[in-house]
Amino acid sequence: MRSNFLPVLTVVGVLFALWYAAAVWLNADWTYDKATRSGETVTATSLVADTWAQKKPKLPAPHQVASEIWDTTLMKKVTSKRSLVYHSWITLSATLLGFGMGTLLGVLLAVGIVFNRVMDMSVMPWVIASQTIPILAIAPMIIVVLNAVGVSGLLPKAMISMYLSFFPVVVGMVKGLRSPDQMQLDQMRTWHASTAQSFWKLRLPASMPYFFTSLKIAMAASLVGAIIGELPTGAVAGLGARLLAGSYYGQTIQIWSALIMAAALAALLVGIIGLIQRVTLKRMGMAR
Amino acid sequence: MIWLVFAAVAWAFGMWVNIRLARLRPARWVSLAAPLVFGATLIAVWEGIVRGLEISQVLLPAPSLIALRLVSSVDILWVDFVQTVLKGALSGYVLGCGAAFLIAIAIDRFPFLQRGLLPVGNFVAALPVIGMAPILVMWFGFDWQSKAAVVVVMVFFPMLVNTVQGLQATDTMQRDLMRTYAASYWATLFKLRLPAAMPFVFNGLKIGTTLALIGAIVAEFFGSPVRGMGFRISTSVGQLALDLVWAEIVVAAIAGSAFYGAMSLFERRVTFWHPSQRN
Repeated sequence: MRSNFLPVLTVVGVLFALWYAAAVWLNADWTYDKATRSGETVTATSLVADTWAQKKPKLPAPHQVASEIWDTTLMKKVTSKRSLVYHSWITLSATLLGFGMGTLLGVLLAVGIVFNRVMDMSVMPWVIASQTIPILAIAPMIIVVLNAVGVSGLLPKAMISMYLSFFPVVVGMVKGLRSPDQMQLDQMRTWHASTAQSFWKLRLPASMPYFFTSLKIAMAASLVGAIIGELPTGAVAGLGARLLAGSYYGQTIQIWSALIMAAALAALLVGIIGLIQRVTLKRMGMAR
Repeated sequence: MIWLVFAAVAWAFGMWVNIRLARLRPARWVSLAAPLVFGATLIAVWEGIVRGLEISQVLLPAPSLIALRLVSSVDILWVDFVQTVLKGALSGYVLGCGAAFLIAIAIDRFPFLQRGLLPVGNFVAALPVIGMAPILVMWFGFDWQSKAAVVVVMVFFPMLVNTVQGLQATDTMQRDLMRTYAASYWATLFKLRLPAAMPFVFNGLKIGTTLALIGAIVAEFFGSPVRGMGFRISTSVGQLALDLVWAEIVVAAIAGSAFYGAMSLFERRVTFWHPSQRN
């Protein structure tokens, strides 16, 4: 872990340097444009200073994004419509609801597939095929249709999150529930264990490492689903709405701050699952 | 009422056929037939319920109507397919995967870069990269170039991480053997390490297929010329022409499955030696 610290730091540092350089390069046009109109000459230092401080830059510099995030998270009331915390909360609630439903559906399907041969043969191929469909494309339709039926607010977004997050859970759990080998299953049989007992005492515990790995993927997918689900709702609230509003009005700094916020949210959620995974597996004696 | 009975009968019949199929000796045609029967059953039940409960076709059109629309508007669908799949998704996919593959080989020569880039790459691969779409549309304009750029950004990191991991897949014994043959770096790369990396590379390529289609379609929600699947979906939803939307979805599903299937087939050809391909 520590041996990776320096290389990771270097790579991140290089990325930031590239970001700053790209900001100068992309925003230079506007600076020159402005200078010729006002008759000033552009020196190297004034070019850099101006490209890093434009109001609607093509690519905002990192510190501009950071100060925007600072302003919209800590300096605003949480309940304010301009607070990024408020928008993140809207997205987060849809993400978590969809993630919960998706996980439940995924586990149920996986149990059915493992214990029922008919389901294994007929449902499993469709589960895989369902993911080759670019489901996010249907997102606007699902939202509009559900709104027409009278379901609005959190649930339509959560449905899209659910659709994206159930797949990794099904695949991971089927693999996990089948991971006990023949020897272990035979051992259960010599103890005259019922199917239910061998499920609760052997298959379910054995599937836990697979379960947590899929949960991480499912959580990331679920957040993407919630953000995309917010795009067609007419840009009211949520990180996706911030993205859309920002792209309508050319507020690049707003887009980037929503983007960074979404990234931080994803990192946080996946990190929490990783923590639960570590504690659980350690207590079960499965940690390596 | 009669349609509801039809749905129930179709469901019962489909399940009966599948239960019979499951009892047969496992064979290739059985494993193909069972999902097909299941899919056909679902479509029959859908048709029956929509007609039986008289659900407004604005909400959920019956499969027969969607099929009718699909046949009658082939020209529109083809224009959209060319714009989104061939121009946007495919060119971005080739560029993104190609660049990631080459950069992975370059990174592989420097262990320091490798240790730094893998965690960062893994992190970025888990981020909602699709949010970059509005920015890239702003940079590259409304036409297919911006869609290709979104696809490049989306497929790049999964492909990079998989290729770098794949290049580490050889063990010391194999590399030592190459050294005893006095093989150069390039000979080792082409004869041992790249072939050994192929299962990982194809994993990245397969993940990329779905991401590419999603990226190209979603990027069109942020602005596009008056053609393209994402454009058609978002405008048709506004006009409540849901049968056209569903027709687009069918096309997208077929394109996505075919893309994925082609990659799997290709993988089977290239990595025939891998345990997961031998059964």
